[in-house]
Order: sequence, then structure tokens, then C-alpha cells
Amino acid sequence: MKAPRFAYARPATIEAALALLAAHGDEARVLAGGQSLVPMLNLRVAAPRVLVDINRVAGLAGIELAGGCVRIGALTRHAELEHSELVARHLPLLAAAIAHVAHPAIRNRGTFGGSCALADPAAELPACALALGASFVLRGPRGERRVAASDFFRGLYETALEPGELLVAAEFPLPAAGAASAFGELARRHGDYAMVGLAACAQREGKTLRAPRLAFFGVADRPLLAARAARALEGKALGDAVLAEAVAALEAELEPRGDLHASAATKRRLAGVLLRRIVTELAQ
Amino acid sequence: MNDAQEALDIELEVNGERVRRRVEARRSLADFLRLDLGLTGTHLGCEHGACGACTVRVDGAIVRGCLMLAAQADGARVQTIEGLSDAGAISDLQNAFVLHNALQCGYCTPAMLIAAQALLEANPEPTREQIRAFLSGNYCRCTGYQSIVDAVASVAAYRKSSAGPR
Repeated sequence: MKAPRFAYARPATIEAALALLAAHGDEARVLAGGQSLVPMLNLRVAAPRVLVDINRVAGLAGIELAGGCVRIGALTRHAELEHSELVARHLPLLAAAIAHVAHPAIRNRGTFGGSCALADPAAELPACALALGASFVLRGPRGERRVAASDFFRGLYETALEPGELLVAAEFPLPAAGAASAFGELARRHGDYAMVGLAACAQREGKTLRAPRLAFFGVADRPLLAARAARALEGKALGDAVLAEAVAALEAELEPRGDLHASAATKRRLAGVLLRRIVTELAQ
Repeated sequence: MNDAQEALDIELEVNGERVRRRVEARRSLADFLRLDLGLTGTHLGCEHGACGACTVRVDGAIVRGCLMLAAQADGARVQTIEGLSDAGAISDLQNAFVLHNALQCGYCTPAMLIAAQALLEANPEPTREQIRAFLSGNYCRCTGYQSIVDAVASVAAYRKSSAGPR
């Protein structure tokens, strides 16, 4: 199908974008990479009166080291993340995840900020932001604020973004020495949204993991830190018994809902399979 | 451009030619190419980014023509299958698709060629696995992928030996 009629604006600055969002309120949507919003328009699932295209807003794209963080501009394309040396060096979790995000032509347009602001519960990048303890930088009419990833994702397609606010960047703290990360997902076809996925990181000392963070996606209305499974792993030398305990803890804390692609029982089972794989990789 | 408009003037380069048109804001790049410029080699399958039949190049990068607005291509350099094939840039790929029977109905073929060319430019010696991963965003519903992968792999080999049928 074709998109419904809408008006289109292409501001050049953050201030102009915020002014447009303020002027049009609920009737406006921000257009970033468009790889989720335009399908929703074409399928007539969304019908905003105004699209505010931020693709030419100065200063929203790019990856840089700043103040002990890797700062990723909201308009940074997935393909830039994929080929970034800074990301490969400091945020290997993101580098591993990005190959699972859709397909090359989509990654050339889709943006980091768009994926996070949309907050699809089966998306890879929000889970990575949660696992790595990133903060999101939001700009609104009253200025700038930072929201931790753990507070940003509020529910199904729901975030801490207030009406009139724009996601401008994410800041990832530089991992400490000894940090390890691993990523995996199970999907029906390469590039599909995952039935279940896991973005994980921890401090590694030999075979022992400390402060593991296990961000599952595709199993709840938002990316989810599996706290009980993490506690079952904390400070223990990894082995079959520890893994079995962690899987049992995970199965007790997850309450996935079945969907077209996998039943709740399948998702719970697959989450355990992934936990074993990814945690084993983390400790290697 | 700070006012929201339902139609706007755009100017871009399509296959090396300057083009100026007034377009509706809701016009997709793929529809613009097909309906406004008559470049019907860009196909539309699903119109929501799943099938890849509308793949074109914008400023060198492959994108989904159905997921980009024509308005967003204002100022850009767009290449379609017509431009790539007329330039002879992919004649070896086209020949290989014929030789390997890598198409039946041909609906996916223009986009498959564009994607394959983008892959070979970025990675001149891909493994079969890499070819499959890269082309995973382009659906073929009749031939199947085996012969398409064969064709792309053969062109990688031709180009490496630079003795291909160009």
C-alpha cells in the first residue's frame, strides 16, 4: 500500500526540529531512518499529519569518544556502527549485534536512535544499550536530560521520551579492563526480528563472571535484564551445575508471551538455550 | 525547509541526469522512479521493506526504494537498474545470471543484481555464506537461491581473474 497523505518538514537544526514538534504536538512524528515508520505508514498502521524529517539536522550523526563514554548520535546509521573502529574496539557487543539487524540495505538507512526511540521489544540495539548501561540524551523545549537505558524503555513501543522531546544521542560508558561481552539471537530467518535474543556482558576473571548483565529481548514488552539468572552466575566458576542453576533461575523469572513465531513455552526454552550458549562464550 | 508541506520541489541526479519534479510528500522514491520518471526496472513487491525488490542506490549505498520518500532524495545521486545496466557496469553479473539460470520470473532480478554488485564492490571475494547473508534481504520466490549464489560466486571469481565475459 501507499502512505497516507501527510505534510513534510525538513529542519536543519535541533531547535527547528523541536519547534516543529512543539507546533504540531501529537500530530507529528519524527522521521529518522524510516525503516520502521515508513512501513507503518505504507501499511496505514500510522497516519501522522506531519513528518519531521531529522535526516538533515546538523550534529545528530556520528560516533565519538567523549568524557569516558562512546557517544553515538541518534542519526548514526546501523551501517556506520557496523564499520566503526571505535565501536569495534570499545563496544564489541554492539558490533556483534549489528549484523543481526535486518539486511544491508536496511542498515544503510536505519538509525541507532530510531531503533531505540521506537523501542520494539524484539529489537537488538535497545537490549545492547541496557546490557552496557548506556544513557540516552534527550532534548526538549526545557533543555537536555539524560535517562539511563534501564529507565528509558517503559513498555511496548513506549519510552521515557516526553511529547516534544527528541532523542539526540546515547552515551556508553567505556568498559573496564577485563570486560567481556557476547551476543546471540534465534530467528526464523537471517535478518528477521528475533524470537529470543540475548545481549550479555560481565567482568571476567578466569572462568568466573562478575556483575553479569543479561539483557534478553523478544521475551517481554521491553528488553529485560534477567536479574535472577545473573545472581545465579555471580562470582562462580562457570560449569554445568552453575549453568543449570542459571537456566532454572531464568525460567522462573521470564514470563514470555507467545506470538505468531513462537509459543510462550518455546520462547522460555529458547531463552535457556541462548543463556547457555552466550554465557559460555562470555567466559571464554 | 521549516514549514510542513504536502508537496515540494525536488532536484536530484538519476542515472547521471539532473531531474527536477514537484512531488507529493508521501511519494516513495520507488514510486517516484516508476511513475514520475518511467523507470520501471525498480520493482515493488511488498511495499514495507521485506522483499527487497525495490532496491536502488542512493549516494552509492543500496536502500529500499519503498522506505525512502522521494522528498528525502532531494539533492541525492540515485542509480537504478537502468543506469547500472546501460553503463555496462554489471554486464558480467547479468551474463552470469543467464548462464546459471538464476532467474525464472525475473521480478526480483534487478534488485538482486544491484545488491550483488554492492556486495562485490565492498567484498570482492565473498564466501558463499557471505553472499547468502548479504542477499538475505532480497527475496526470490521462484528460482531459489542456489543458482543466484552460484552466479554471484562465479562473477567474484571472474573479476578476480579479470578474465570474465564483460
